[in-house]
Amino acid sequence: MKLKKNIPLIDQHDKFGFWGGKFGGSYIPETLKKPVDDLTKEFSKLRKNKSFIKKRDFYFNNYIGAPTRFIKLENLSKHLGGAQIWAKVVSDANGGAHKIYNATVHALLCKSMGKKYIVGDTGAGYAGKMLSMAAKKFGLKCKIFMGAKDIKRQKPNCDAMKKNGAEIVPVTTGSQTLVDAVSECMRYWVSNCDTTHMCVGSTVGPNIFVKICGWSTAQISRELKKQIKIQFKKIPKKIKLINCVGGGSSAYGFWSEFIDFPKSQIELIGVEAGGPKNSKLHAAPLSRGAKLGVLHGAASYVCQNNDGQINETESISAGLDYPGVSPIHCFLKDTKRARYTYATDEDALNAYKLVTKFEKLNPSLEPSHAFAEAIRIAPRLNKDTVIIVNSCGDAKKDRDILKKRLGKRI
Amino acid sequence: MIDPIKLAFKNAKEKKRPALLTYTVAGDNTKKKSLQILKSISKYVDICEIGFPHNTPIADGGQIQTSAYRALKNGLKISDVFQIVKDFKKSKNSKPVILMGYYNMIYQYGKNNFINKCKTSGVNGLIVVDLPWPENKGFAKKCKSKAISFVQLLSPTTSKERLKKIIKDSHDMIYYISMLSTTGGKLKVSPKQILNNYSKIKKIDPKKNCVIGFGITEKTIANLRSADGLVVGSAICKEITRSLNNRQNPVTNVSKLVAKLKNKIS
Repeated sequence: MKLKKNIPLIDQHDKFGFWGGKFGGSYIPETLKKPVDDLTKEFSKLRKNKSFIKKRDFYFNNYIGAPTRFIKLENLSKHLGGAQIWAKVVSDANGGAHKIYNATVHALLCKSMGKKYIVGDTGAGYAGKMLSMAAKKFGLKCKIFMGAKDIKRQKPNCDAMKKNGAEIVPVTTGSQTLVDAVSECMRYWVSNCDTTHMCVGSTVGPNIFVKICGWSTAQISRELKKQIKIQFKKIPKKIKLINCVGGGSSAYGFWSEFIDFPKSQIELIGVEAGGPKNSKLHAAPLSRGAKLGVLHGAASYVCQNNDGQINETESISAGLDYPGVSPIHCFLKDTKRARYTYATDEDALNAYKLVTKFEKLNPSLEPSHAFAEAIRIAPRLNKDTVIIVNSCGDAKKDRDILKKRLGKRI
Repeated sequence: MIDPIKLAFKNAKEKKRPALLTYTVAGDNTKKKSLQILKSISKYVDICEIGFPHNTPIADGGQIQTSAYRALKNGLKISDVFQIVKDFKKSKNSKPVILMGYYNMIYQYGKNNFINKCKTSGVNGLIVVDLPWPENKGFAKKCKSKAISFVQLLSPTTSKERLKKIIKDSHDMIYYISMLSTTGGKLKVSPKQILNNYSKIKKIDPKKNCVIGFGITEKTIANLRSADGLVVGSAICKEITRSLNNRQNPVTNVSKLVAKLKNKIS
């Protein structure tokens, strides 16, 4: 299993859609074959179309607000006394998280395919909020599937979705979280694929959805590469790019431009959700040795039992609370290009406390997992090492959880 | 020896009626009860589809999901599914069995192990909901080498070109999904339109036995009786749920329902 150079990772799959010969694919019911094929054709046509790219860039610049900031966290770096810590503040993007890139591209695709309805899944509510925003912007009718447990814990994002005119469909089966929302969304699409476009909220699902999402979030690293060059004159010798990984969309977007660099120069570190400290449940298939399995139309490492039933997961962060992970991260893991680890709920909360104490930054619980790893390794590294954390979401949505756990008003 | 699935269609045809196929979930609501249900409906049924339940089903509607969760909650394991089939096949009136489910469970068991276990348990056919053509070619071939029929699915969205290719690669039985829906949806197209699509499939290869499924109930079954076979699943799962809610015996209630279904197409 080997990575190729000069080809975007999203395109390094075989004709059946597998990365490294075994991750990804399209395990879908026959009914979805045609809509998935249609979408595949449309996307491969549009991504080569100059006027479509122009349109995308127009909305990225003027609607999403590119570029998002790249800032040094001076106080935090000083406090930890090791490597310099920087943040790519992707939460600057319209709506407050990276999910807006994928949502905007899907809305544009939906429109160009002549469909009027768009549906999507959401965990933390950001994918749903952004899709509802994009739907409103482009005049599409929008339905969002969301686990009943997540609706309760991410209320601010639900309010935003409703305000944007989207219908939220509560999913009450299984663990009532993201995994069930994705299943229900796919079931809805099976029944309505002739009129409706489906947006998968992360780099998961059948091959084409991994590609579209990765293609969209890659904007993050395109911006970052330029910003690094401006800031440091050239790419520094030691960089560590740290990103949280649930489905893996922000991590792929954050890394895509840097995958061809040698590991010794740019290390890629993915941080999964380890769950509560003393719980057996987690959402960390890559770093805690889950087996290869098929979930939601793709093969990836999946938290599951011996029979192949999908395990319940547990994490304080709804956006990372998912038993599977993107096939491209499985590929990056097995080719050893990226390193994956996990942070517990408590680690993430402590990181949140520390970051907000020292910096004018308010990362949501998802990137707080990434900050936890940065805080852990920074003191051991010298000050020539540049740690960059993708602060991919804003903590406004987490206000209820943070208040409960930290007694803090934000 | 003639393939038992083929024989079942032949027998039905001789009686000038479609084959009746039922779908029940193994272990719904207990191992014992699901076996009793199979044994009691067997005398009316031509082929029994048995679902191996998965907790993340992406193509099943509410009724079958409920049945699957119920079975899993009662501790059903894949090894129990094979035991249920084995016990059923030993019984007096047993019928050909087609197992139906999602690929991850087969993958975790090991493809070859799974097919071998099917063989020794007496399974005659397999339907894998999320393993479409052409990805399923290799697996289908393995099934065939063990004389297990791999049933290809066709849907209203399948293009004509694709229909031809799938039918060419299919074994004796093919399964036409009546409409764009998960299992158990309300029939949203007319029986006439369904039969129209059905006849297009039959024209491509008249020798293959084609069954229609999804949305078939006591009300709609008679209108589709010109097909080679008809599958009823969700309506049965619903009856089990109803019986349990009313503290009645699902075995007798399901048996009555299946007898009625049979009556409508005889």
